[in-house]
Amino acid sequence: MKFPVPHDVKAKTIPGTEGWERMYPYQYQFVTDDAARNQYEKDTFWFYDGLHYPEPLYPFDTIWDEAWYLALSQFNNRIFMVPPVRGVDHRIINGYVYVSPVPVKDPEEIGRRVPNFMERAGYYYKNWDELEARWKVKMEATIRELEALKIPRLAEMEDISVVTDAIGESNGYHLLKNYDDLINLGIKCWQYHFEFLNLGYAAYVFFLDFVQKLFPSIPTQRVTQMISGIDVMMYQPDEELKKLARRAIELGVDEAVTFSPEWADVEAALKKLPAGVEWLKSLDLAREPWFNVSTGTGWFHHDRSWNDQMNVPLSGIATYIGKLRKGQSIDRPTEKVRAERDRITAEYRDLIEKEEDRKQFDELLGCAKTVFPYVENHLFYVEHWFHSVFWNKMREVAAIMKEHGVIEDIEDVWLMRRDEIKTALWDIVTAWATGVTPRGTATWPKEIGWRKGVMQKFKEWNAPPAIGTAPEVIQEPFTIVLWGVTNKSLADWASVQEVSDPDSITELKGFAGSPGVVEGKARVCRTVSEVGTLQEGEILVAPTTSPSWAPAFAKIGACVTDVGGVMSHAAIVCREYGMPAVVGTGHATKIIKTGMRVRVDGSTGAITITR
Amino acid sequence: MGNLAEAIGKASAGTVGAGMPLLCWFEDCLKESLPLVGGKCASLGELIHAGVRVPPGFALTTEGYRRFMAGASLDREVAALLAGIEVADLDALEAASERIRSRIEAQPFPTELEDLVAEGYRKLGVRCCMPAVPVAVRSSATAEDLPDASFAGQQDTYLWIRGIDEVLAHVRRCISSLYTGRAIAYRAKNGYAEHDVAIAVGVQKMANSYTAGVMFTIHPANGDRSVIVIDSNFGFGESVVSGQVTPDHFVVNKITLDIIDRTVSCKEVCYTVDAKTQTSRLTDVPFERQKVQSLIDDEITELAWMGKRIEKHYGRPMDIEWAIDKDLPEGGNIFILQARPETVWSARSQTAVAGSSGTAMDYILSSLLKGKRVG
Repeated sequence: MKFPVPHDVKAKTIPGTEGWERMYPYQYQFVTDDAARNQYEKDTFWFYDGLHYPEPLYPFDTIWDEAWYLALSQFNNRIFMVPPVRGVDHRIINGYVYVSPVPVKDPEEIGRRVPNFMERAGYYYKNWDELEARWKVKMEATIRELEALKIPRLAEMEDISVVTDAIGESNGYHLLKNYDDLINLGIKCWQYHFEFLNLGYAAYVFFLDFVQKLFPSIPTQRVTQMISGIDVMMYQPDEELKKLARRAIELGVDEAVTFSPEWADVEAALKKLPAGVEWLKSLDLAREPWFNVSTGTGWFHHDRSWNDQMNVPLSGIATYIGKLRKGQSIDRPTEKVRAERDRITAEYRDLIEKEEDRKQFDELLGCAKTVFPYVENHLFYVEHWFHSVFWNKMREVAAIMKEHGVIEDIEDVWLMRRDEIKTALWDIVTAWATGVTPRGTATWPKEIGWRKGVMQKFKEWNAPPAIGTAPEVIQEPFTIVLWGVTNKSLADWASVQEVSDPDSITELKGFAGSPGVVEGKARVCRTVSEVGTLQEGEILVAPTTSPSWAPAFAKIGACVTDVGGVMSHAAIVCREYGMPAVVGTGHATKIIKTGMRVRVDGSTGAITITR
Repeated sequence: MGNLAEAIGKASAGTVGAGMPLLCWFEDCLKESLPLVGGKCASLGELIHAGVRVPPGFALTTEGYRRFMAGASLDREVAALLAGIEVADLDALEAASERIRSRIEAQPFPTELEDLVAEGYRKLGVRCCMPAVPVAVRSSATAEDLPDASFAGQQDTYLWIRGIDEVLAHVRRCISSLYTGRAIAYRAKNGYAEHDVAIAVGVQKMANSYTAGVMFTIHPANGDRSVIVIDSNFGFGESVVSGQVTPDHFVVNKITLDIIDRTVSCKEVCYTVDAKTQTSRLTDVPFERQKVQSLIDDEITELAWMGKRIEKHYGRPMDIEWAIDKDLPEGGNIFILQARPETVWSARSQTAVAGSSGTAMDYILSSLLKGKRVG
């Protein structure tokens, strides 16, 4: 298998983007001026992390990439001493992130790491539940700290209390310090993100591996089904909407809740009714923390939460009220799901012929079941709850920068690197203290304007799925389970051709996410704010889905996504609802148009477009 | 050994048993009835008891066979023809075989037996709502579990037989297949008494298959027991069994019965019945149908469900022939024609996948160390 040389790909700079490198940290660059590093980069296999980054990365959003670059690697390589793998290295070309697992090559060193790994990983596996309980305490404390963090505005004259309390520090100093604290809390949160994840994925990967050896044709979704939890936090936001729908009917305010799709109108109407005020109290209880659920993956600044966009949960509540009025059940069929999970597990187990294999199956299944709640639940804590609060804190920082003229719009801040923001804040604070104009007022708006143009050009660029030199063996668990790097996917990538004419394509291939076949009308929703347009029975085609999309699944007949594997949200929810899903198609939203008739085969991963 | 006189001596001592049925409908056949109805018919009865649909029919039992042979003293005539023949003398053996066979094929059934078969055939026609219903007439040997089936005669099968006279004639041909030279020689060589030899004959509604094929309840390529693999083509199953076409290929999850893989091939030929001669013949599949899936998804699921049931009934992976009958309405038109144990993977000794200690931690470590080959 041959893949392009990374430096050749990078050398073909998109006209008008020359100098884009300054938008990202310097260690992310493929280099030509350092022979040893250049050789390493050529000999290494890099694949585009399209799973996490369907679009080029904004300079500020690089923070989470840096955070997991550090956290994943350190837990593999310095904390648990996973014998054959170090960390995962990162590069960026044209805003797209490329990653590469780094192996331990010396067999002796691998051997030396084994006892350390057994002791350290063994400790976590053995004490998993207790350590996970401690994790929740640490994580919630971190989020509370973030929520309490003040981003002070710079006043014309400092408050008298600075004098009377003899504080001896200005808000300028606090702005600089609290910006650092904000960033550090984010980095810390991502430290915790990976505390259990590497080991969790390893347990999952090798359970999967074992079952696939016994049953070479078993679809991954069936293995996932055996271990997937039923009471995971990811479902809770949606459950809250159902509760609120029931509550609205109970209190007799369902008319007021559904009369307008605009939250502002609904809220005003409810405030005038005593029962409405009662309902709003229930709503407030649900909002913290559950409405911190992001409408995207939470990885990007543009992924707003339900709390930020109350029209989204409102439309979900309205859908459920509609169903309740028609006498339809809105309960999740949890008993059925559980029974089906147990039946499938038992039937597969019965087909295992050797006694020792049955014992190994039980052991690995038990281990995978222990780790799985974390693997699902961490997402709510980190990507949703923490991130949703974090992005808004950053907007507070941006508001101050705008106030001082360094940026023209709050949303411009994402075009700056986090260290550039720190520098700009110094510029602002010293100018404020001194009573002069920040230098950045003349430089940043121009630079940001240019960067916006660059981002636009990046979005139109097609990132090659893999570059560098293909490896013979991959041992890094994330690489296998999360990105699905296998023999087959490598071959697909090697043969991938640019879509010459998207209007002539009739067949699309993705991962079989949830079984079944459904034919129907497609509806492309690029963001969750568009799910209101979905009609009963339509096929949802989305870049990806997240828990905040949950109400949409009550309406649709099948789901297709650009990004995601069999563990993705869309796949899990569709399995629960018993409807087909094909996930990780790469570019379904670009090829399928609203109104087209499509046939979704969630058992084979095939999508057929009728033209 | 090798002397037929000895064997024939024993055969002549045989008497026709009393009280055993001469004719037996498939639904009354069981594994235990093998000595009476032969392996093929017993297995069809088993399938019915496993809850799957097989084309209806009946067996002329070994008891019926004996009644036929005893009528007009055919059995003695046969014994006399075989007396003194050395199996090493191939020419003499073949000559005797030929005489015996033509004698059997020319001998009318005793009236009582003929009436019984004719009534069975008539009832079959009523059951299928088809007068002179086309049937398959096939020998159902009593010794199929022996290493060489030639013990009991050739596995004769005659398809598209219509009308009682034709049916009776072909039943006789099946009986006469017990006396091929090869079968006689085999019995003599292995010391089987001619007296013990018996055959049953099955008369079964011909599945007028729109689509047919084979099904394995184990993946023939990798031994995966969690799948059912179905190969199908239009027309009769012959084209699939003989490998004359690349059939459509479906892999169904045995546990959940969903189709996890499908390959729809270009099927250029198939076997259909020739309306004039009432025989099956190879014909071209019309161009516009060649790339059409030969089974609809619901049929695939129902077939797999039947396969799962059959496997459960027999307690082992099975190799199954099936057909979809175009004479019958949807929902009742999928038939199992034959089921036998799968032999390739079942014979292979499986090695355990588990690690030595069986703990999760050890398996994770050893797998990490091995990694995943991707190159």
